[in-house]
Amino acid sequence: MDEKFDAIVVGAGPSGNAAAYTMAKAGLKVLQLERGEYPGSKNVQGAILYSDALERIIPDFREDAPLERHLIEQRMWVLDDESYVGSNYRSDEFNKPPYNRYTIIRAQFDKWFSQKVREAGALIICETTVTDLIMDRTRVIGVRTDREGGSIYADVVILADGVNSLLAKKAGFHPELHPKDVALAVKEIHFLPQETIEQRFNVGGDEGVVIEMAGKITQGMVGTGFLYTNKESLTIGVGCMLSDFKQQGTSPYALLEQMKSHPSIKPLLAGGEMKEYTAHLIPEGGYNAVPQIYGEGWLIVGDSGMFVNAVHREGSNLAMTTGRVAGETVIELAARKKPMSAANLALYRKTLDDSFVMKDLKKYRNMPEILHGNHQFFTTYPELVNRAMHTMLTVDGIDKKTKEREVRQDFRKKRSLFGLMGDAFKMWRAFE
Amino acid sequence: MHIVVCIKQVPDSAQIRVHPVTNTIMRQGVPAIVNPYDLYSLEEALRLKDQFPGSRVTVLSMGPPQAETALRKAISFGADEAILVTDRAFAGSDTLATSYALASAIRQIQQDMPVDLVFAGKQTIDGDTAQVGPGIAKRLDMRLLTYVSRVDSLDLERREIVVQRRSEGGVQVLKSRLPVLITMLEGTNEMRFATMPNMFRAARYPLKVWDKDAAGIEDVSKTGLKGSPTIVSKVFAPTPKTVKAEIIDTESNNPKDIAVTLLAKLFTRHPNLQAEIGKRS
Ligand SMILES: Cc1cc2nc3c(=O)[nH]c(=O)nc-3n(C[C@H](O)[C@H](O)[C@H](O)COP(=O)(O)OP(=O)(O)OC[C@H]3O[C@@H](n4cnc5c(N)ncnc54)[C@H](O)[C@@H]3O)c2cc1C
Repeated sequence: MDEKFDAIVVGAGPSGNAAAYTMAKAGLKVLQLERGEYPGSKNVQGAILYSDALERIIPDFREDAPLERHLIEQRMWVLDDESYVGSNYRSDEFNKPPYNRYTIIRAQFDKWFSQKVREAGALIICETTVTDLIMDRTRVIGVRTDREGGSIYADVVILADGVNSLLAKKAGFHPELHPKDVALAVKEIHFLPQETIEQRFNVGGDEGVVIEMAGKITQGMVGTGFLYTNKESLTIGVGCMLSDFKQQGTSPYALLEQMKSHPSIKPLLAGGEMKEYTAHLIPEGGYNAVPQIYGEGWLIVGDSGMFVNAVHREGSNLAMTTGRVAGETVIELAARKKPMSAANLALYRKTLDDSFVMKDLKKYRNMPEILHGNHQFFTTYPELVNRAMHTMLTVDGIDKKTKEREVRQDFRKKRSLFGLMGDAFKMWRAFE
Repeated sequence: MHIVVCIKQVPDSAQIRVHPVTNTIMRQGVPAIVNPYDLYSLEEALRLKDQFPGSRVTVLSMGPPQAETALRKAISFGADEAILVTDRAFAGSDTLATSYALASAIRQIQQDMPVDLVFAGKQTIDGDTAQVGPGIAKRLDMRLLTYVSRVDSLDLERREIVVQRRSEGGVQVLKSRLPVLITMLEGTNEMRFATMPNMFRAARYPLKVWDKDAAGIEDVSKTGLKGSPTIVSKVFAPTPKTVKAEIIDTESNNPKDIAVTLLAKLFTRHPNLQAEIGKRS
């Protein structure tokens, strides 16, 4: 007998879980299919959890979600080969509950989220890959899986299958991913005793620190690095545009190794034991790369729809928000007994357009273009800024005015005055 | 025919790490899997079920509530029923106490439908004792076939089974009467890929959860820590080997040259070896 559901969700990452949870909670008959052995087994994230998006789905998540540390300090580093110039922001405001940002370990977090989806009443089947969408002319009416007897039907199918959605491509909803629109990130988790982490980062209890890094560590490629404190481990990673990796021929692993040996980073990791190494793509094409996200009987949520704000390193929250909004759209149509047609599902896109999701992506829509065309942001500037600091801080009998002139000349030599002003203008426009 | 398959959920020992500081085993974050040997016995049971339509396969596990996942997995492969025997009283059970509890549970299962065959894995990968299967057979007064690599034939009329048993230096072909308990070895059969309808069945299956009373435990003092005479006096990580692998460069790709280089290397490291070989030949 054929199985039939109100909705099928493909994927059990944050976007799929948000969609499945929202719909199941409202009483819809939901099936969620995940190819991994268990939810989270395939997923990679830094990972910082932004409370707000999850709060709107599970308000009391703090009671039992596996959270590592709440963040009280953000460090931004611009690195040269042997130094960095940085800024810190630390505030006790961040110590007042409810906390706004946490570090998490995705494998554990996804398992927890999935349990909530199950409790809400959705049927979850893992170790099952959706191979095709079943079409009735232009309308999606179900999915086929890699298992025998694997045809399953539904009024609507939500694709939450992550970056590089093979399904969307196969169905023609997506063009092939462009290497310019995706970053490849690698990261490791290093085990360290809790006390060591707290001493090294000057935190106590559940407090945590984030270090975001840019500069020479990406060897001229467009990208950034990061280091996060978990309860008993540190996460360190680096990601650059796939097109840059390709062009430069650098191996991501070698890049991370190099980064770990930076004299400012190495002591932070010292004595740790590497627990896990993972690599994953991040869709960073931004607003202009967002594909068609709804159609006859289908919706796309999360990474599959390119919903990542690369500038602020926000992904999971956009995934959860798009998942929730997709779920709410389906609930609303189902309640009014309206068909899941493209015309009706357009409400999903409209709701997103009016939310922070599209507004933020739109704000930074030119960022990818600018960074691609201006690699000096990742090479020349970090070097110049670091050299300037070095010059100003070295006490050697040379007067400060001469030093300032030296620094200015240094900048002018590397980049013309026009270039400098142009860059400043471009950045200003991008953030405007 | 009614087959009972005993399975256990174990931490994937390939992924277990030893805490670098405290030297204890870090179980946190280690994925739980079905003991691999148990999958061979489950597959063998399912093949018999395919061969004798109308047979029933019941999977049985004693363990914490999380072991539910392992039992659901067994249902997805095609088992008919799954029973989880779980009770606080069982905490800390060694092989003696475990086989006592499982034997009691099998006696309960018998009341519903007589059991012709019981399968267990040769051993678990977390305890490595290979004692539970034989322990159950003894308590149920059942015949026992250990280290079985395959079931050759089964004759239900004559109630006879023929199996291959691996022993040191050879394979024994053994015939036994039913009922019998069989412990299975690895490598004889691959677990099948579950069908979609069975995945649905597993996801929806109302698991039977038995506490000590439902499992028919008569003497609680024979279960859990109290019923376990085994004492683990110490757990430690073996010191890592200091000998490092060496990559040997060879100038040619000719097998003979490579062999000569390798031998030269060996002889320099073990000077006596060359003399020894010379003496013998
Ligand atoms: C290194 C790195 C660091 C990051 N750091 C952060 C951070 O700090 N904060 C943040 O908010 N975001 C971060 N992100 C981004 C964030 O991880 C993603 O945006 C988020 O995981 C997207 O969720 P998703 O549900 O759309 O996709 P995913 O989490 O990728 O989930 C997709 C799921 O679908 C399953 N699937 C795929 N295809 C199929 C199929 N055919 N059939 C069945 N199942 C299928 C997959 O197995 C997977 O479980 C980071 C990403 C990376 C790579």
